[in-house]
Amino acid sequence: MNVEEFLLTPEELCQRRGPNDDIVLSSRVRLARNIDGAPFPGWAKRKSKIELMEQVLPVVESLGAFEDGFSESMDALKSQEKQLLVERHLISRELAAKGAGSAVVISKDESFCIMVNEEDHLRMQAICPGLQIEEAWKAVDSLDSELEDQLSYAFSSEFGYLTACPTNVGTAIRVSAMLHLPGLVLAEQVNQVVNSVNKLGLAVRGFYGEGTDTLGHVFQISNQMTLGESEPEIVQRLNKVLLQIIENEKNAREKLIDEKPETLWNHIGRAYGTLSNAYSISSKETMNLLSLLRLGVELGYFKDLSIHKIDELFIVTQPNHLQQETDGKLNPDARDLLRADILRERLASVGRPNPKKN
Amino acid sequence: MLCSSCSNKDATVHWTQVVGDKIHKVDLCEECAKTKGLDDPAGKALAGMLMGVDEEKDDEEKPQVELPEALTESGKDVICGNCGFTQEDFKKNMRFGCSQCYEEFNPQLQELVKTMHRGVKHQGKVPKNFAHFQGLADKMSELQEKLDDAISREAFEEAASLRDEIKDLKLQA
Repeated sequence: MNVEEFLLTPEELCQRRGPNDDIVLSSRVRLARNIDGAPFPGWAKRKSKIELMEQVLPVVESLGAFEDGFSESMDALKSQEKQLLVERHLISRELAAKGAGSAVVISKDESFCIMVNEEDHLRMQAICPGLQIEEAWKAVDSLDSELEDQLSYAFSSEFGYLTACPTNVGTAIRVSAMLHLPGLVLAEQVNQVVNSVNKLGLAVRGFYGEGTDTLGHVFQISNQMTLGESEPEIVQRLNKVLLQIIENEKNAREKLIDEKPETLWNHIGRAYGTLSNAYSISSKETMNLLSLLRLGVELGYFKDLSIHKIDELFIVTQPNHLQQETDGKLNPDARDLLRADILRERLASVGRPNPKKN
Repeated sequence: MLCSSCSNKDATVHWTQVVGDKIHKVDLCEECAKTKGLDDPAGKALAGMLMGVDEEKDDEEKPQVELPEALTESGKDVICGNCGFTQEDFKKNMRFGCSQCYEEFNPQLQELVKTMHRGVKHQGKVPKNFAHFQGLADKMSELQEKLDDAISREAFEEAASLRDEIKDLKLQA
């Protein structure tokens, strides 16, 4: 099956809303699992990776959650399709770099996704819009329980679920949320928040995960430690921290409105001006400016613009989503032109921001 | 100049890293440079870690993995019987070869795990069949103890019924 045909349209995807989604874009919980005795993907020979994949895939595909889902071996996907999945945050860059012996399975509603032979034999995740990490944990927990009936997991009573990297051993869980924090960035308080989050043993990452820049004032916060604490404890600890950050972001926005309203309007007005008038724009600039536009919408400055319209623009202006619409290889310069065309067109009917009337 | 890592061969790779206002210099032979990932620029972080040089990286990444002495010394000759993985391989990849490596490298692993996690013993979900098996094993050793005790007290009637219970349990397993 073709990735482009399978994926939900950006419009469908962005219609889904969740609690606190003005600040929390999405919540996800990932579990790593390995098959007892089989060499881990990074150490396995090609043949044994393929064998493992052939053993595991039918089991995964047979689960109710993956009915009418998407399942494909990585060597059967074009690079353009793989990058599309990366931009949708459904697979990691690491998996996209793999070929024969690795695979991806995605549920029809895109709320579940399993990577086969990435760093571990199985990496399964549940994704929910807004702040719903407890819901995501429950969903992935039951998926995992269904799988464990049919697969023999590598597990020890001492180290828990055994993973290729000892930093993931134990619960092998990663709970994460994608946060939109323009208020804290503009108020220059974000470093403080990042530092205190780090001190709590949590990780802060950029938009596309490990080792990536923060773009569009979007930060990914997740647990790092997996051994010595149960899953519900990890989920609750992170939830508490997230609620605190949401509070901080709200306060930062209030404070900006009170103390530096012109700075705020200036940023949002310029973002609107550039996005709706540019003839060439990079994806980085686009994300940073769309983020400010989103802030403007949340503050009620735009009457003809909704959050989900902006979230849609976040998706469709990414480099590989642009290539998809033109069905060909575009060089970066051509992409910047096309991106600007799309933005101008979609923002053409949006009136100028009016900060004083909420 | 001798290699500062193995002190055996001539140092041919000279690597300088500036961290803040401090300069760290490392002189290595070709072989050591290779095993520490210094022959490719992407591996520099790894070298920093192994040589104890401060990393210039921010603290956004995974917790610093420092190899404790124990791992380097006592684990030298350990090879995983299942997948052939060695400690050298671990130093290179920072990943294990298979699930059995956790048993093979267990003595060395204890220290390493302490630096990475909140605890050293798993808390949380246990696969159903593992829990079931574990429950049977616990029950079995409990009954065996009672049986030994009964025999030593010459309470043969009690011993006989305990022996039957154990038999039933073995059938279940």
